[in-house]
Amino acid sequence: MRYAETGFNLEIDLTRGNIERVATDPKDTELYLGGLGTNAKIIWDRVPPEVEPFSPDNLLIFGAGLLCGTPATGCNRTIVTTISPQTKLMAFSMMGGFFAPELKYAGYDKVIFRGKSPDLVYLWINNDKVEIRDASHLKGKGAVETAEIIKKELKEPKAQVAAIGLAGENRVFFASVEQGRSSASRGGMGAVMGDKGLKAIVVRGTKDINLARPAEFMELCNDVMEYIKFRNDNPIPGVMPILAGLGSPQEMKVHDEKWHTENFMWGNSRTRRKDFWNKEIAAEWMNTMDGMRKRLISCYNCPMTCGATIQPPGLPTYMMKCFTKLTYTMAAMSDLEFGLGIAQSATEYGVDGFSAPQVMAFALELYEAGILTDEDFPGMPSDNNGRFYWLLDRIVRREGIGDILANGTYWAAKEIGNGAEAYAHNNIKKHEQLPLKLSMLNPIYFLMYCTGEKINITQIEGQFPQAPFATKEEREEFVKDWFQVPDEKFKQIFLDWEFRGEKSLPLYPTVQMCCDIVDWQERMHYIDDALGMCAGLSSFPLKPPYHIHNYPKFISSGAGIDMDEAKLTQAAKRYRTLVRANNIRRGLRRKDEKPPEDHWKKRFPELEKELLDTYYKFKGWNDQGIPTKESLHELGLDFVSEDFVKRGILTDSQEASPKETPSKKEKE
Amino acid sequence: MAEKKKKTIKTIKINVDKCNGCRACELICSAFHAAPKYSSNNPARSRIRVIREPLSDIYVPVYAGEYAVAECAGRDKYTIDGKEYDECAFCRASCPSRGEFKEPDSGLPLKCDMCEGEEEPLCVKWCTVDALTCEEREEEVEEDVKMEDIEIGMASMVDRYGLQKVMDTVARMSKKA
Repeated sequence: MRYAETGFNLEIDLTRGNIERVATDPKDTELYLGGLGTNAKIIWDRVPPEVEPFSPDNLLIFGAGLLCGTPATGCNRTIVTTISPQTKLMAFSMMGGFFAPELKYAGYDKVIFRGKSPDLVYLWINNDKVEIRDASHLKGKGAVETAEIIKKELKEPKAQVAAIGLAGENRVFFASVEQGRSSASRGGMGAVMGDKGLKAIVVRGTKDINLARPAEFMELCNDVMEYIKFRNDNPIPGVMPILAGLGSPQEMKVHDEKWHTENFMWGNSRTRRKDFWNKEIAAEWMNTMDGMRKRLISCYNCPMTCGATIQPPGLPTYMMKCFTKLTYTMAAMSDLEFGLGIAQSATEYGVDGFSAPQVMAFALELYEAGILTDEDFPGMPSDNNGRFYWLLDRIVRREGIGDILANGTYWAAKEIGNGAEAYAHNNIKKHEQLPLKLSMLNPIYFLMYCTGEKINITQIEGQFPQAPFATKEEREEFVKDWFQVPDEKFKQIFLDWEFRGEKSLPLYPTVQMCCDIVDWQERMHYIDDALGMCAGLSSFPLKPPYHIHNYPKFISSGAGIDMDEAKLTQAAKRYRTLVRANNIRRGLRRKDEKPPEDHWKKRFPELEKELLDTYYKFKGWNDQGIPTKESLHELGLDFVSEDFVKRGILTDSQEASPKETPSKKEKE
Repeated sequence: MAEKKKKTIKTIKINVDKCNGCRACELICSAFHAAPKYSSNNPARSRIRVIREPLSDIYVPVYAGEYAVAECAGRDKYTIDGKEYDECAFCRASCPSRGEFKEPDSGLPLKCDMCEGEEEPLCVKWCTVDALTCEEREEEVEEDVKMEDIEIGMASMVDRYGLQKVMDTVARMSKKA
């Protein structure tokens, strides 16, 4: 019997309409866990770098995390993986909600799509019965609307639906997959889904998920629950409210937006409005939120209420979470009422709440600069809010200038030319980032921005405080119950960290310490993404209930896989390296690993070089960021180095141990 | 003859305004009632269901009550505060008119037993947003002999197929064993 996982994947060939249920190899679970880990392995095995994002040979994988569907609180994430049309790299985007557990209860760990359907279809998974159904009547329908129509026509109110809107159908590079209160937004998952002619995936499951050692597993769950209660009652003092608690940033609850509105950038990530927040705005925005927010809601099996049902006046109800609350408002230099209203359209169209507003603000900046002209915007209204609605419509329909903008700021700027590239200034690896511009380089964040392959800072950071605490007493208080650290040394680093003087940024934490900190933070995100755990209860917040010490126990008692901290660390390193290997094969190199030029005003080129050099070495990568033969061998990934050698990415002699070198030379 | 006895009455208080729709109650209920305990979970086997329509802001946790042989002569449909609830939304019966509160494979009826042996029903324990809370009070009641779980199941089989068929089946099964 398989525990925690079902042991079966669904393979759907959309070209031929073929459906297969395929047993998976338990050995792969041991090596790559599940979710992102096994997704990365499938991409490596089956999607070579010659395969373009919109090729029928590209795969679109919906992978439930290893522990989804078990009683582990907050473990509900689906990891969607494909080759991104925007970055041309392996992209993975996580969605919470209810999809992954339902898929598990239906008897599957993953759904893997290949090929392209000639007509628009949706997939209906009802336990053992799986069928591809016509979706021509859903063409052009909104993502939320589609889910409602399908549930009605199937008479299955309990089915879970992941759907695309118009943006996905029209292959907008930042199209999302929407699913109830959640979405897989980053990396253009929706565009690939649309390219495959797949409007939605619908799932209903009524089977059991088994645990290997139930008593042990439940005790761990109860501990987590107790700790969540403790953390909810005891927010961390000394940090801003948004970092003090658990969960995704509690944007639907929080009314005080002084910090976001005055520290994050407005417009095309350009303008900082230092004295924006005042009593009148606070009162007005609170009024708006209270008027439109119907209820705070959660994902499957989670007590954190990070999402909300929003009902803008005169518009259909939708669900929202996190920072989308402000991205449209701030890009348009408008107010919250506008932001919550346009987000309704954006959710139905299915676009990423980070990229879409920036693309629109970018277009208007080009217009102001005269690089785009009136001819590019025929019929655009003159008022600011109206312009954003108009642009969003053009983009998701790929009409006129919208067709160019639909490829994101990087590709649009290239196509527009005439100096437009300077306006696509907030990208990493061709993907729009949080609208954040800061003064002095932070070496920890520098490394995360450079080397992150999730390409979104919120999906790399966490665990280690973003800034030092002012007094020694506060720091001592903080480390007292900081048991989540993988090693005691992290406490000392934090205790010694000061705002000013020798032990302050950018020279402290030292380069080596930065490597350790970044590696820890990244590791926890990667473990979450294989297990299906929400980052909001694990890798993202300070002092989370899940950590490196209890995760191995969850895995061994839940999935019945013998696991300890060292083995888990090694597994996470293995599939993290495999993600990189996929991208190296697609051309990712050191030159691509840099933050937006203007992210920090004060930069330190020498230090930055040392940071990257040291971190690459620390990770077992060469100076181009390519995993070395030795490090691949140590992870059991010799098949990767063989491929690298075949492709000339690594040479036969490169990185070989000194003993082997002479003999190889002799042979030559 | 029924005897007068002091009895603890447990009341689960359901505050639908506080429900966040996470369905942890369904999950833990099905896990607790798995055999062996917690060895598996499957919300479709749960004795509590959250009737959930997020876009209409409808969240109603409902507990499995008595097994009903036949459906009601008429059905009910409530509208409260402008929200129209599903037909029979608040009904606890495991009844032929709907799929709720039946084991997904056998179709046998499910009934909430307040997690006997536990300090409090586990759905209450796992509902940290306090949509479900539990109150206890003592009452003097005439107590009937409590039907064992197996009897409840058997009774429903008898209702369904008739006593003779059930007896024949049991006889046949015992021969095989």
